[in-house]
Amino acid sequence: MDIYLPIAELAVNVLLILGLGGIVGFLSGLFGIGGGFLTTPLLIFIGIPPAVAAATSASQIVAPSVSAVLAHWRRGNVDLRMGVALLLGGVIGSAVGVAIFATLHKAAQLDVVIKLTYVAFLGVIGLLMLKESLAAIRRARTPHPKLRPRRTWLDALPLKMRFRRSRVYISVLLPIGIGLIVGILAAIMGVGGGFIMVPAMIYILGMPSSTVVGTSLFQIIFVAACVTVLQAVTTQTVDVVLALLLVAGSVIGAQFGLRAGTRLRGDQFRVLLAVLVLAVAGNLAWDLVAEPSDLYSVVERQRQ
Amino acid sequence: MRWPRRALMLLILVAAVVAAPRTGIADLVAALSNHLVAVTTGFSGSNVLLFGAIDGPGDVVVVIRGPEDIATVHRKGRTFGIWINEADMAFAEVPGFWAIAVNRPLEEILPESVIAAHQLDLQHLRLSPLEPTSLRRIAEFRAALIRNRQQQGLYSAEPGRIDFLGNRLFRSDLWIPANGPIGTYSVTVFLVRDGDIVSAETTPLIVGKVGFEAQVFDFAHRWAPLYGIVAVLLAAMAGWVANLAFRKE
Repeated sequence: MDIYLPIAELAVNVLLILGLGGIVGFLSGLFGIGGGFLTTPLLIFIGIPPAVAAATSASQIVAPSVSAVLAHWRRGNVDLRMGVALLLGGVIGSAVGVAIFATLHKAAQLDVVIKLTYVAFLGVIGLLMLKESLAAIRRARTPHPKLRPRRTWLDALPLKMRFRRSRVYISVLLPIGIGLIVGILAAIMGVGGGFIMVPAMIYILGMPSSTVVGTSLFQIIFVAACVTVLQAVTTQTVDVVLALLLVAGSVIGAQFGLRAGTRLRGDQFRVLLAVLVLAVAGNLAWDLVAEPSDLYSVVERQRQ
Repeated sequence: MRWPRRALMLLILVAAVVAAPRTGIADLVAALSNHLVAVTTGFSGSNVLLFGAIDGPGDVVVVIRGPEDIATVHRKGRTFGIWINEADMAFAEVPGFWAIAVNRPLEEILPESVIAAHQLDLQHLRLSPLEPTSLRRIAEFRAALIRNRQQQGLYSAEPGRIDFLGNRLFRSDLWIPANGPIGTYSVTVFLVRDGDIVSAETTPLIVGKVGFEAQVFDFAHRWAPLYGIVAVLLAAMAGWVANLAFRKE
């Protein structure tokens, strides 16, 4: 059964999109990640134009993030103060990111930049995660990441604030800065940015793992929402029908993922996730270096 | 004396009537089964029936042209090991869709000069480059544009079929694919006789979003910020509902 997407202006199989959303949802429930970094490449793979894929997956991310953040909030695991600080940077970052996105879209270099940023970030993070989780399995020790050493240049930054819930005392410029970078990436790649924020929160901000996930989800919601609205205004590439189909699939998939997640050990998790991340990065890298089947591509001028 | 003059006048009159060209009855009539292809939720392409009749011997050629646009062709090149767009060329008056249907192969019924004059095949399709440049470069990018559109199913690779019922009535099924551009298409029917086009008729075909899809598209373009906010709110609500529904976990 096919459905016509009004913004993408093509027809897709409903079951295919639901299935895609389901798989991404399953993985996000299993690993506790937003899944945006999977959604965008998978959408591109099935033939959705990259601009529509990135912008629409940004809107879809809001759904599972809201669902999860409510659960974390109930357990008191969301550091609101930190979240707002991250948010400030995130909103500015997403505006910058959307501007970059629009410029690249007009210059017809958007696809390449999206793929490059994905390869770079997924590659680096995937390798780091793989190294860390394999080492953890070998050592058979409890795989809690080490907190950063006591005094570094990060402590010397001005405007320190007390973040009670996370029990850290750091410069407010740090979360704002991290939020800024994540915001820019979120706009370009169509992701929530969780896979950068979670390690950044643990290693740079020194937050305890209890508040990391909830707070990062909190920020993701606002950044993704911001990116969605800005994309809708500047490039008009958010396809709400596609987004809703993805949401439907991912919400159901996430529940199965959560249930499956309880049966895996922490370090096994992370190896699997690292492998997954590297697989996606590898596929995109191959796409970039392999000679394309047709060297030529056509772009129509956007109709008003 | 009056008799021969009247007879002469009558003779001239009869001769004039007999020798006058036949007018009043059109050699070719054609019509479409519907003039609007409504793009709705379940749209995955649509068939439009073309039918008509010809008077006298001849062959029929149908050309469907989609709305014209400006298309830019990009060529990838290798830079630092990766393939990025390095050269481009823009063409104007590029039809968004092009298809042809014939009852007999085109080469059998028309000489190349006529085919070229009326743009009856892709080789002779007039695509004007926006900037003057070398002929070789134009040919290269033009061929790429046509090839790309053919791959997308927007330019026909093979001519479609026109079926004749008897000597006069003809019909043809025209297929508009799901990715066909939205807008006004022109369907031109040519009557071919003795290696020349003797008659032509053009009728419009509108492919337009109606109903829900049109409203969504319109909303997205005219009320863009509100559309974005609505998209976010819908996703947020879905997340909230999902949270409620699976609360027991």
